[in-house]
Amino acid sequence: MTALVHPDADAAAEPMHIALVGNPNCGKTALFNRLTGSRQKVANYAGVTVERKEGRYTAPSGRVIRVLDLPGAYSLQPKSPDEAVTRAVCLGDLAGEAQPEVLVCVVDATNLRLNLRFALEVKALGRPTVLVLNMMDAAAKRGVKIDRQRLSAELGLPVVETIAVHRDGAKALIDLIDAGRIAPATGTVPADLHAETSRLLRLAVQMPPAITRRDDAIDAIVLHPVIGPVLLAGILFLMFQAVFAWAAPLMDGIEAGMQHLGTLIGTQLPEGPLRSLLVEGVIAGAGSVLVFLPQILILFLFILVLEESGYLPRAAFLLDKAMVGAGLSGRSFIPLLSSFACAVPGIMATRSIQHPRDRLVTILVAPLMTCSARLPVYALLIGAFIPERTVAGLFNLQGVVLFALYVLGIVSAVAVAWFLKRYKNTNEEHPLMLELPAYRLPHLRDLSLGLLERAKIFVQRVGTIILTLSVLLWALASFPAPPAGATGPAIDYSLAGMIGRALEVVFAPIGFNWQICIALVPGLAAREVAVGALATVYALSANADNAAEQLVPLISAQWGLPTALSLLVWYVYSPQCISTLAVIKRETNSVRMMLLSAAYLFGLAYLASFITFHVARWFA
Amino acid sequence: MTLHDLPVGAHARITEVLEHRAADPISQRLGELGFVPGEAVRVIGYGPLGKEPVAVQVGFTRFALRRSEAERVLVVTEMEGVA
Repeated sequence: MTALVHPDADAAAEPMHIALVGNPNCGKTALFNRLTGSRQKVANYAGVTVERKEGRYTAPSGRVIRVLDLPGAYSLQPKSPDEAVTRAVCLGDLAGEAQPEVLVCVVDATNLRLNLRFALEVKALGRPTVLVLNMMDAAAKRGVKIDRQRLSAELGLPVVETIAVHRDGAKALIDLIDAGRIAPATGTVPADLHAETSRLLRLAVQMPPAITRRDDAIDAIVLHPVIGPVLLAGILFLMFQAVFAWAAPLMDGIEAGMQHLGTLIGTQLPEGPLRSLLVEGVIAGAGSVLVFLPQILILFLFILVLEESGYLPRAAFLLDKAMVGAGLSGRSFIPLLSSFACAVPGIMATRSIQHPRDRLVTILVAPLMTCSARLPVYALLIGAFIPERTVAGLFNLQGVVLFALYVLGIVSAVAVAWFLKRYKNTNEEHPLMLELPAYRLPHLRDLSLGLLERAKIFVQRVGTIILTLSVLLWALASFPAPPAGATGPAIDYSLAGMIGRALEVVFAPIGFNWQICIALVPGLAAREVAVGALATVYALSANADNAAEQLVPLISAQWGLPTALSLLVWYVYSPQCISTLAVIKRETNSVRMMLLSAAYLFGLAYLASFITFHVARWFA
Repeated sequence: MTLHDLPVGAHARITEVLEHRAADPISQRLGELGFVPGEAVRVIGYGPLGKEPVAVQVGFTRFALRRSEAERVLVVTEMEGVA
């Protein structure tokens, strides 16, 4: 082997650029987290919607190493956009992406037969390559013995062992890369990769015959045709319970903090536009959205634990047939589950659906899952209009209505997906071929890094889009100021007032008055802002939370039940969420698709509200 | 017989992976996942509705396959003993 990468004199100069490449589920991301800690940057590859993760660490020599975590791939003959990116980066073919100096090929030591085959494909590229035997602890526990030197000699590649979940688990890899003596892979790779893999395994690896006994026992329960679905329902029930119950104290805390901040600013600043902007625009607007951070984090904690443990693909297995019947795929389950927190991460999670049409249908129906932003609106209207009484001797009527709204969303999603399936039926096969990875105990470090990333994305959204639109709404509702001697509420004279009156023409047939119409406009930024907006419109100078309390008697006196029901149903479908539309545009790379989804949701919302309003009026 | 005809827990060996059309990408991917003649397979379970999908172990890895995918994989049970 020849010294290739850097002479020692330059050790601290240019950052070295390495890429992690490997099968899905090989522990690559855990290794990436181990190497780079929280110094990660998540973005997209230029022009495609494949997630690009880069991080860096400083080697013992002082040299900075840039690490790219490539999307997991089963082969360099790509079958999905993710795999195409992995291939292009390895070959140095992706515009705007430098070819990595070293390919770090990560294999799961407990799953060598599958992983080594891909490693051979990587080796055949002839790039400087290191083979990393990851999850050596799990392999040792199962009695897998790997002769590292023999494997290295037969492969013609340096081979190191790592345990990504241990503090010093990546030391061998860090030292090898730091030493900088990684030569381009040499030697030919036989055409029959499978036979070559078998040969390597025969020579260098000893495996006990039954290393999957533990997983056999778990799968016998989890995949059981009766127990499995019951277990899944139990887990989902627990999850929703947790999202609403556990988050409550944290949300109250954030709310109290925001109120406190508002009061503080309110008393410190003199009365005037600046105070109004900060208290009623920034804190009431963006602050009322930040309140949802705990719910989103709890939901993602569940999703991450289920994902890391290997359970989520099993849930997809159990639901696949039912979802195919509805025109979706088992793979749609994970994105749709996320959409109950927020459709934005849900739609981003559709990247794991290989088939473009399945993915598109999932994206189109994801906004119908009741996201947490609709809850404040539901809570306000149900509290004001649905009497609190027991039905069937057991259930709280308010709770039944809330549940019915969730169900209405799900049923509508199934109906839309089913309609799209009929409308655009092709005989093309939509593959599943989903790996059910070995069960693993989720690791605290990976969970916290995953949650941190989610929190960052959410807070950024609040800090940018939602903040901007909150300020914009505040301006629309405050200017122009009423003329001197005006008697009506200030908002009557503002731009928002004019917009509301103009919109009323469109929405009167479904029972909305002009005040509701104005509230729909800021609801574009984030649905929950509609509550605060209604409060502003009803000329209450209060922020969203106590506004909700004072609003209840006001609206229950001014609106009829048909209007309230119509508005509730409107929110089941309402397409008005700029972030969702923006993410649809980004993920489908198509303005047309964004407009289509906005139009169909608007149409459904209008139609359903129209029917609700008139049926309710007929009964009333 | 095909992979989809195996009872849960049965051990079998792959004899052939069929192509349903020329350069069938699904068959190609099955090969990349380890569904190759000579390999041992075992059915872990079937989905709760209509025996679909099927969970299969090949090598040390488990995959969920739809019926049409599993039916591309021809097998003999280990009792009949073909390598």
